[in-house]
Amino acid sequence: MTAPAAIAPPAQRFAIAPALVPWCALAVLTAFCLLLKTELPWLVNFPKEWTLPLASYINAVTDVVVSVIQPGFRGLSALLDAPMRGARLALAWLPWPAVMLAVTALALKSSGERLAIFALATLAYILLAGYWPQSMNTLALVLLAVPISIVLGFLLGVLGYARPRWRPVLNGALDLMQTVPAFAYLIPLLLLFGFGPVVGLIASAVYATPPMVRNTMLGLDRVPATISEAGLMSGCTRRQQFWQVEVPTAAPQLLVGFNQTTMAALSMVIVAAIIGGFEDIGWEVLSSMRKAEFGQSILSGLVIALLAILIDRLTIGFAKAPETGPTRAMRWMTPRRLALSLATALALAVVIRLAAPDATLLPETGLRMQMGAVNQWLLGLVRDYAWSFNGVRNAVLYCLLLPMRVGISGAATPAMWGFSLPPSALAVYVGLVAALAALALRRFGWRAAVAVLAAGLVLYTGFLDLPWPVFILAVALLAGQVGGPRLGLFAMAGFGLILVNGLWPQLVQSLYLCTLAVLLCLLVGGALGVWAAHSERVSRALKPICDALQTMPQFVFLIPALMFFKVGEFTALIAIMLYAIVPPIRYVEHGLRHVRADVVEAVEQMGATPLQTLLQAKLPLALPVVMLGLNQTIMAALSMLAIAALVGTRDLGQAVYVALGKADAGMGLIAGLSIAFLAILADRLIQSAVARSAAASS
Amino acid sequence: MYTAARPIKLACRNVWKVYGRRPDYYFDSRGYVIDPDALAERLRAEAHLPAVVDASFEVATGEIFVIMGLSGSGKSTLVRCLSRLVEPSAGEILLDGRNLLAASGKELIELRRHAMGMVFQNFGLLPHLSVLDNVAFPLKIQGKPAKEREARAREMIALVGLEGREASFPHQLSGGQQQRVGIARSLAVGPELWFLDEPFSALDPLIRKQMQDEFLRLQRMLKKTIIFITHDIAEAFRLADRLAIMRAGKIVQIGRPADIVLNPADDYVAQFTEDMPLLRVITAGDIATPANGTALPERSVAADTSLEALIPQLASGVSAFTVPVAGDGPPAVLSAGAVLAVLEREQARRKSS
Repeated sequence: MTAPAAIAPPAQRFAIAPALVPWCALAVLTAFCLLLKTELPWLVNFPKEWTLPLASYINAVTDVVVSVIQPGFRGLSALLDAPMRGARLALAWLPWPAVMLAVTALALKSSGERLAIFALATLAYILLAGYWPQSMNTLALVLLAVPISIVLGFLLGVLGYARPRWRPVLNGALDLMQTVPAFAYLIPLLLLFGFGPVVGLIASAVYATPPMVRNTMLGLDRVPATISEAGLMSGCTRRQQFWQVEVPTAAPQLLVGFNQTTMAALSMVIVAAIIGGFEDIGWEVLSSMRKAEFGQSILSGLVIALLAILIDRLTIGFAKAPETGPTRAMRWMTPRRLALSLATALALAVVIRLAAPDATLLPETGLRMQMGAVNQWLLGLVRDYAWSFNGVRNAVLYCLLLPMRVGISGAATPAMWGFSLPPSALAVYVGLVAALAALALRRFGWRAAVAVLAAGLVLYTGFLDLPWPVFILAVALLAGQVGGPRLGLFAMAGFGLILVNGLWPQLVQSLYLCTLAVLLCLLVGGALGVWAAHSERVSRALKPICDALQTMPQFVFLIPALMFFKVGEFTALIAIMLYAIVPPIRYVEHGLRHVRADVVEAVEQMGATPLQTLLQAKLPLALPVVMLGLNQTIMAALSMLAIAALVGTRDLGQAVYVALGKADAGMGLIAGLSIAFLAILADRLIQSAVARSAAASS
Repeated sequence: MYTAARPIKLACRNVWKVYGRRPDYYFDSRGYVIDPDALAERLRAEAHLPAVVDASFEVATGEIFVIMGLSGSGKSTLVRCLSRLVEPSAGEILLDGRNLLAASGKELIELRRHAMGMVFQNFGLLPHLSVLDNVAFPLKIQGKPAKEREARAREMIALVGLEGREASFPHQLSGGQQQRVGIARSLAVGPELWFLDEPFSALDPLIRKQMQDEFLRLQRMLKKTIIFITHDIAEAFRLADRLAIMRAGKIVQIGRPADIVLNPADDYVAQFTEDMPLLRVITAGDIATPANGTALPERSVAADTSLEALIPQLASGVSAFTVPVAGDGPPAVLSAGAVLAVLEREQARRKSS
C-alpha cells in the first residue's frame, strides 16, 4: 500500500507546470529568431512593403463622410460660437474688482478664509503679471465646456445606472475617451467644425465627460439599500424615488464628478490652445516656449498652475466638508450672504461700467513686459551651467536611455561607451543572467525566472532590436495567462494592427520611453512613499507638492524640462516623470500606512527589524494598493506621451502630433488608438493580476 | 390567547422566494401538491437559492409577531416579501383579506403611503435632510401641504422623545437617536401594519434595552400590528406575543414564547432556546389550569406575570394563585406544584447542557 506513495514525490519533482510549456516554446522561438536575425532582417524590422495603407483608407472614408455631414457640424459650430463669444465678452466686460469680490465670496463659502486669501493672491498675481484677459478667455471656454460635460455625463451615467446591460459598452467608450490623446481627435473635429476655438471647446467637452459619467454611476450605485428601501416604503413613485431619494444621496459623489470634470476641462482647454485662435493662457505658454522666452513661459505657466489649484480647491470644497467641520468663516457665509455678495459684485460691475464704459482698468504694464532681463538671466544661467545640465542629460542618455533602446549589444561600442565588450564579458553577462534566473526559480518559482530571463534578453538586444514576433507572442501569452484568452487575443490584435500600419518603430520608442519613465517613477516615487509612510514630517511636506503636481495641467510640466534640457528625448522623460511620479508616492504611502496593524504588531513582536518588517510584512501586504499605483503611473505616462511630443520624441505621440500638423485624420486616429490600446491593455493586465492575487489569498 | 379573539390582519400562505437563473420554472405547475423540503432540496441541487421556503403564518390585529433566525436564515427576505420590496416567487399574502401580490404598482404605492410603515436596521435616513424633514418625508411624497406635514412630524418627534433635535442632520445623531428618527418616520403616516427589520441590532446593548422598553411603551399606546425581525433571541422572547423561528429559509416553529421553550419542535429549536430561562419566559397564564369548580385561592396574579416573580410568594408559603383569564372565561388556578415542576425542568436542562 505504501509503494505508490513512495513513488509519487520524484514524479512530481520533474513535473512542469502546464503554464510553463508555452514559455519554453517561446524561448526556442526567440533563440531561433535571434540566430536568424542577420539572414532574415524582417524578423526585427517589419518591412514597409507589408504594411496596409489603413490610414489612407480611413482618410478616403472621412473625406467622403466629412463632405456630407460637414454642413450640419458647421451649423453646430456657428451655434456654439454665439454663446462662446457671449461668455468671452461677459468675462471681458466684468471689471476685475467685481470678479475678485465674487470669487472671494465663493472661496469663503467653499473652504473658508485660507482659500479666500489664496484666491485673492492668485487673482492679484494674474492681474499684475498681465495675463488677465488671457485667463478670462480660458475661463470662458471652461465655463462653457463644463456645463456641456456635466449634463452629458449625468445623462450617460443615469443611463449606465438604469441599464446595467449597457455598462460594458459605456465603459469601453469612456476608456477610449480618456486614453485616446486629444490631439488625435482634434483632426476630425477640425475637419468637421472648421478652424477655431469651437474645436477646443468640443475636445474639452469630450475629454471632460467621462469623470462625470463614472462618478454618476458610482454615486447612484452606492446609494445604500436601506435608504432606497426607506424611500420605496414611504410610497415614492419612480420619479420621486430618483429625484428625492437617490440623487440627493448620491450628491457628494456627483460633486466629486463636478470637480474632476472641471479639472479635466481646464487641462484640455489649455492643451487645445495648440490649434490657436483664442488668445488664451495656453497659447501664451506655447508661444513663449516657442520663442524661448522662459521668463514669460514661467510667468504664464504659474498662472495656469495657480488657476488650476484655485478651481480645484473651490470645487472640491463644495463636494466635501472638511473633517473638522465647517470653519467659522464658512458658517458666516450663509447662502443668503453669498447671494448678497454676488449681487454686490454684479452691481459693482454695472456701476464701474456705467462710470467708465471703455476703460480696461488693467495695469498698463504687466510683469510680462519686463521680463527681458529675466529672460537674459535665465538664458545665461542655462548657458553658464550648461555643462551640469548637459552632464546630467548625457549621463542618463548614455547610461539608461540608449542602452534601453539599442541594448547592451548596441551600446557597448567605441562610439557610444568608448569600449566594446569582448566575448568573455558577454559570457559573464549570460552566466550572470542565468544565475539570477536560477536564484529566482528557487526562491519565487518559474514565473520570476522567466521574467528575469526576459529582462536579461531585452537589456541585451534593446527594445529596438527585439524581434517583433517574439515580443507580440510574449505579451499575448502573458495577457492570456493573467487575464484569460480574451485579453490575450486583444493584445495580439492590437499589436497586429500597430504592426501592419507601419507604426512598430514608434511603438517601440513609446514602450521604452514609458517603461523607463514608469520604472524610474516607481523607484523614486516608491522610495519617497516609503519615507513618507514612516515620517509624519516628510508626509506633510510631500502632500502639498503632490497635490500641486496632480492638479496642474500636463502642459505646465514641459516648461522646466524644456528650459534646462532643451529639445530631446531626455526632456520628454523628465516631463513624463514629473507628471507620473505622484501615484507611486501616494499609493505606496497609503498602502503602507493602512496595512493591518495587528499583522505588523505580530511581526514586530517576533523580533523583526524595521527593514524586515517593511520588506517581509508591510510591502507584500500593501502590494495590491501599490499595483493600483503602478496602474495609475502607466496611465499618466501614456497620457503624457502625446503632450511630450511637443518637445521632440520619436514615439506614437509624435506620430499623432505630426498627423495633426498634416491634417492626416487616418494616421492620427490610428496612432491615437494605439496609445489608447497600450493604456487599456496595461490597465486590464494589472487589474486581472490584482484580482488573481486577491482570489488566491482569500 | 390573542389569535382567537382578534381578526387576522396579515396572512402569509406558502410564500417562496427563490434566487437563481429561472426561479419561475419551478412554480408554474398549478394544482400539484409539492413537498416543500423536496422542492428546496431540488432547487439547491440545481444552483438556485431558496431564501424563503413555503412560509405560512397569520398575524392578528394588534399582535407583535417576531420572526427570528440567524443571519442568512431568510428572515429579512421574508419581511421584504411581505412589503413587496422583494417580489415573492410563489404564494399568497393577504392584507385585510386582499391579495397583496395582485396589487398594481399604483395600488402598492398607495398601500405603502397609508397602510404600512417600516423601520430598518441601518436606519435608512436621508443624509441631506434634517430630522424634521426626514420624519416629514413620507408626507411630502404624498403632496401634503408644508404646514400640515410639519405639525405631524413634530408630533411624531415628540412621541419618540427627540424634541429639540428637529434641525439636526442624521450624521450629528447617535445610533439610538437615528433609530428614533427612523421610528418616527415610519409612524408619520399612521400605518396599521408596522414592519421592523432588526431595528435595534446596530445599537449598543444598553441602548438596545432602552429602545426595547421604548418600543413596548409605544406599542401599548398605539396598538399596531407588528412584524418584528431579529436575530437576538432574548429580544425576541422579550417582545413577542408570538414568534416564528426560521432556519435555512424555512419556518421551523411558530408559537407563543412559552410554547417554544416548553415544546421545541426539534433539536435545533431546543438548542437555540436552551439558554432562555424558563421561569422568566413562562407566565402564570401559560401553565394555569381551569378551576373546574374547586374553590379559588385567595391570592390572585395577572396572567402575564412571569413565574420568576412568583417565587418569593411561594417561598413565603402560598400554595396556589387565581389567574384571571382574558375575556369572559372563568378564572384559572396556578398551583405551586406546577411552578416547581417548571423549576425542576429548568434544573434538568442546566445539568444536561
